[in-house]
Amino acid sequence: MTTLGNATIFNSSTEPILKAHELACRRGGEWLFTDMSFEIYPGQLVWLQGQNGRGKTSLLRLLVGLAEPDRGTLTWHGEPLHKAPDFKENLVYIGHTNGLKDDLTVTESLQFLARLHNRDDSPLSVPSALHTLAMQHRAQVLVRTLSQGQRRRVALARLALERRPSLWVLDEPFDALDAEGIRVVNRLLLAHTARGGCVFLTSHLPLSLDASRVRPLDFPHGRAP
Amino acid sequence: MSCNGFIALAARDLRLAWRRPVDAWLAVVFFAVAASLFPLGVGPEPQTLRQIGGGVVWVCALLSTLLALNTLYTSDYNDGSLDQMLLSGHSLVLLAAAKALVHWVLTGLPLVVAGPVLGLMFDMSPRGLATLTLTLLLGTPVLSLLGSVGAALTLGLRSGGALLLLLVLPLCIPVLIFGAGAVSAVELGISPAGHLSILGALLLLALVGAPPAAAAALRISVL
Repeated sequence: MTTLGNATIFNSSTEPILKAHELACRRGGEWLFTDMSFEIYPGQLVWLQGQNGRGKTSLLRLLVGLAEPDRGTLTWHGEPLHKAPDFKENLVYIGHTNGLKDDLTVTESLQFLARLHNRDDSPLSVPSALHTLAMQHRAQVLVRTLSQGQRRRVALARLALERRPSLWVLDEPFDALDAEGIRVVNRLLLAHTARGGCVFLTSHLPLSLDASRVRPLDFPHGRAP
Repeated sequence: MSCNGFIALAARDLRLAWRRPVDAWLAVVFFAVAASLFPLGVGPEPQTLRQIGGGVVWVCALLSTLLALNTLYTSDYNDGSLDQMLLSGHSLVLLAAAKALVHWVLTGLPLVVAGPVLGLMFDMSPRGLATLTLTLLLGTPVLSLLGSVGAALTLGLRSGGALLLLLVLPLCIPVLIFGAGAVSAVELGISPAGHLSILGALLLLALVGAPPAAAAALRISVL
């Protein structure tokens, strides 16, 4: 275990795949956070904690390259994020919006996302992913007819399509899920870290995972939320 | 790899339009209704109608094209699809081109088909109708391409719809001038070749310049 900046690091491998150095983010003239430094290693599951308005979603958007930090740097295997050629190929980002279209069916939605991200969208893999999230019985219905929890399951079914040890960045993945949904997602997270993948997630709910498998990460102290 | 993204996005947007045909019909119905009002307001004098026909059809085509523009990226922005596109690793230029292409297929192409029918209301000659069709075929893709840049720039802004019109309308003036001018030239017995050449050049310019500009605007709006 080492300490970098204000964050505690649990090393599970020698080389970090993603390194954040003194990140700072400002919204509307106010600093959301400053001096945020941490590293993510293969096989780690990082749980970003923090009160509402602390900047969790903003940090996630910085991590995936959907926003630019006001200060600090982000590197992927030592390369600046925007210059790393394989970063996007090895990233799965599920924000709090699900990225689903109301007027597509569940299968069409998942197929489109798989195709867009160059993942396996074959007639076997998509139903299998939906089956993993127990959504196979709704495969041919329009997304607009689904409940919030079911929409979340469809969005998270992308995780079941993954085979590579990629980086998963998940914004409140357990929102709207029932107990069974949470169990399934936990299984996917553990399987992913077991194959050397990394997970960086936020959750208001306490994680129902073995604490030894989770690396908590908090924002640096000293800023009023 | 990038072509897969282009095809997947274009196919998805066409499928969505098929599922919600009202949105696709809106532009062409507005075009028909707006253009039909002019003969009623101006009067049935064939000479007058012939004189204003090209301009009226082109102004209505321009306004109809702009009608559906503010929703070009909004729904993708709101439901998180745009984030997924930005993170897909595909060329954002090609993805922006796919959005503009589908916009043209859904709004511009129906105008190309409906244009000659409306031209008949303005007592246009067969050559005038053919020229009108050709100008719409060359000009409406330019409107979609320019509009896609404006839609990307105004994404997420309050009053984005009004701002979009203010941004895009001035840029569309050359298309309007040369589109309507070609039809007027034919009706006056002059060759429209010069007008058509300039429209063709504008189309090439827009094809080359608009998708990268829209991609850059999307990055600015989202990042």
